[in-house]
Amino acid sequence: MRTICLYFEIHQIIHLKRYRFFDIGNDHYYYDDYANETGMNEVAERSYIPALNTLIEMAKNSGGAFKVALSISGVALEQLEIHAPAVIDLLHQLNETGCCEFLCEPYSHGLSSLANEDCFREEVLRQRDKMKQMFGKEPKVFRNSSLIYSDEIGGLVASMGFKGMLTEGAKHALGWKSPHYVYHCNQAPSLKLLLRDFKLSDDISLRFSNSEWAEYPLFADKYINWIDALPQEEQVINIFMELSALGMAQPLSSNILEFMKALPECAKAKGITFSTPTEIVTKLKSVSQLDVAYPMSWVDEERDTSCWLGNVMQREAFNKLYSVAERVHLCDDRRIKQDWDYLQASNNFRFMTTKNNGMWLNRGIYDSPYDAFTNYMNILGDFIKRVDALYPVDVDSEELNSLLTTIKNQGDEITELEKVLAKLQAKVEAAKKTAAKKTTTAKESVVKEEPAAKSKPAAKKAEVKKATTEPKKKATGKAKKVTAK
Amino acid sequence: MKVLMFGWEFPPKIYGGLAVASYGITKGLSLQGDVETVFCMPKPSGEEEKFLKIIGMNQVPIVWRDVHYDYLKSRLLEMTPEEYYSFRDHIYADFSYMHVNDLGCMEFAGGYPGNLHEEINNFSIIAGVVARQQEFDIIHAHDWLTYPAGVHAKMVSGKPLCIHVHATDFDRSRGKVNPTVYSIEKNGMDHADCIMCVSELTRRTVINEYHQDPRKVFAMHNAVYPLSQELLDIPRPDHSKEKVVTFLGRITMQKGPEYFVEAAALVLKRTRNIRFVMAGSGDMLNAMINLVAERGIADRFHFPGFMKGRQVYEVYKNSDVFVMPSVSEPFGIAPLEAMQCGTPSIISKQSGCGEILDKVIKTDYWDIHAMADAIHSLCTNPSLFEYLKEEGKKEVDGITWEKVGLRIRALYEAVLRNYGK
Repeated sequence: MRTICLYFEIHQIIHLKRYRFFDIGNDHYYYDDYANETGMNEVAERSYIPALNTLIEMAKNSGGAFKVALSISGVALEQLEIHAPAVIDLLHQLNETGCCEFLCEPYSHGLSSLANEDCFREEVLRQRDKMKQMFGKEPKVFRNSSLIYSDEIGGLVASMGFKGMLTEGAKHALGWKSPHYVYHCNQAPSLKLLLRDFKLSDDISLRFSNSEWAEYPLFADKYINWIDALPQEEQVINIFMELSALGMAQPLSSNILEFMKALPECAKAKGITFSTPTEIVTKLKSVSQLDVAYPMSWVDEERDTSCWLGNVMQREAFNKLYSVAERVHLCDDRRIKQDWDYLQASNNFRFMTTKNNGMWLNRGIYDSPYDAFTNYMNILGDFIKRVDALYPVDVDSEELNSLLTTIKNQGDEITELEKVLAKLQAKVEAAKKTAAKKTTTAKESVVKEEPAAKSKPAAKKAEVKKATTEPKKKATGKAKKVTAK
Repeated sequence: MKVLMFGWEFPPKIYGGLAVASYGITKGLSLQGDVETVFCMPKPSGEEEKFLKIIGMNQVPIVWRDVHYDYLKSRLLEMTPEEYYSFRDHIYADFSYMHVNDLGCMEFAGGYPGNLHEEINNFSIIAGVVARQQEFDIIHAHDWLTYPAGVHAKMVSGKPLCIHVHATDFDRSRGKVNPTVYSIEKNGMDHADCIMCVSELTRRTVINEYHQDPRKVFAMHNAVYPLSQELLDIPRPDHSKEKVVTFLGRITMQKGPEYFVEAAALVLKRTRNIRFVMAGSGDMLNAMINLVAERGIADRFHFPGFMKGRQVYEVYKNSDVFVMPSVSEPFGIAPLEAMQCGTPSIISKQSGCGEILDKVIKTDYWDIHAMADAIHSLCTNPSLFEYLKEEGKKEVDGITWEKVGLRIRALYEAVLRNYGK
């Protein structure tokens, strides 16, 4: 049985505002609210709302035959909640049809999988919880930002309990192999990989409305015929794209939604089904392991990470950003954590690319890669200053971590001891009361007993003090500095 | 193909950018192999390179004089007595009322003297003799000084005229044009069969301000000559502690020096380890010194004066950032030279050279905040500096006069094909 796995990604960058170096230290707000609002509204109106309505309609009309998968980056979800809540409603409606699976992805849509394991884990788990809370089901399948995948990342994702992962069917990784099979990660056989068919995906997302394309105009029956004409053994056709391809990259006037609507009917006629990623990874066996030593992605012709980390500027920005990853991970300042999510978004690095890929790249407010780099580095300069202000810079992160643990343990210990103290004090109170009752009968005995009763908690207090001061001394005084901050 | 070219300057005697461009264009054409250029200029020094034939207009007779062969031999610089006699045979009118010397020639001061308009007129009178005597296929005139000569040569010979616009009076005067100059420029353009402009920016000025047919106006960007090994070997001093940001050019309205000072003031408000240098001289020098003092940055802002020859390259090599905030720049060769030395450049979007450069930072000349930000970024982010240093050098090395020569030849051929049809 041949099956199509259709997946859409929802992500919109949080636009950074024009931030000059004289703003460093003075202005800690980095975002262009107007651009965010208008950008989100535009994409919601032109693409997300009509596209999601179409998907809901398709799900309802197909009697459960049509299946689709979606994932939403955490930052996009925040923006949708603020600027386009109607999209969230539609997502819930789509969820209620039961034909849609929601996948997990890194919260920030960033490149943490290439930089810092802890940071990556944290944001993936956070996103998983968020998706569970919103849509009632814990995602079992993962897709990394821009489908970045390497063996190492696969191992990491498997260790977080995911059963499957979506990635690119890049020629340089696959070689002679076909993307129309299920593969598994060479570090963790339990993690199945679904590989994007870039030709069929790009036919819709890149070329659909291009009248110079040899296959123009593309109709659903022709498209399904292509899939049908593939060798019989090739069972899984993975068509992954951004949701904004329907409406933004390919305008609605090209009738792309009508094309989508016609797909299930045409597929049915040829006996092709639709499946969600989870269904595929549970039903189908992996044919082989896949070796991907260097990270690949779904971007550009090279399908690698060169559009984010291709030049020295991008690498400097990337290294500077992740140089504070541990610190941010340790802290619990909400604003810093939030800025961290927004600054990580891979789009920020994309703006700095100097690659000439023949396609026009929307650089937003930036004139050039140098402009994008300068603006980002200014913001990063301010952000790093703020992170450094949290904890003294001369303490290295490992030491800081142990100090913070010590402080936390001490805190726990103090509360524990305070509890004991309260208990004992209560006992003393009780003892006093009984003693007061006895006063009428035996005044002399009270006089003798009281100092003894008092001395008991006093001794306890001394013990507590000792317990709290001792580890502090061990921390060589630096802990005091830390707590003072 | 034979080209009769009229120019005002030629190295080694350099008054401005025109000499360098004339040299580059003729050299580029000579590299084509099949293009022969005759370059007419007012007053050659005799030390010009010999890859092309140079005619000194101050040795072409316009009044018949009976001069002895041996005497001529002692008087003429480049020319042979035979050539002189041949020119003498082509005198076309009676110019004996003009101030001519014993050879029947007119003297030129060279450069840009006070009686420039008179010299331009004389130049075009002599061009009539040259055009009658020489055999050529096409005429090429550089800048407004030689347009009348070009037009005259066209009238006499009936050969097509190409003119080369290195600058217009709109660039030099920020819009307040000199009507005499404008009329000379306009007349030259009206008679031209092909107008080559050093940038798209100039091309638009020519089309909009001089009302020329866009179909005969072409952008022909300048190029740079590879640096000699001696200049390349000038060491780049260690600037890890203190950065140097440089402005180099005439300190005049056209070059926007005040924007450089204002941007410097913004940068120095936040950082102290950057020095600013404004090299060159000009009518706004004193105003700039005042402005620097007013902004209170004189301790970090330096005026080393006019630079020439090797000094220019030493300044480039000693800089971490080169800034050219020109308000209106037809082309602007300085950033290309800075990039040859491995110094990243910031140029204004109003500069013609920006059209062919990608590895530079471009800002609006008035946007001092963007300029300050770019300066600061180049001084604080080593990766940006390194990237622009390496890639900028690679880019500028690919911009050669040979390619320009090829494009000019193609234009000549197109003009000749269509001429008279």
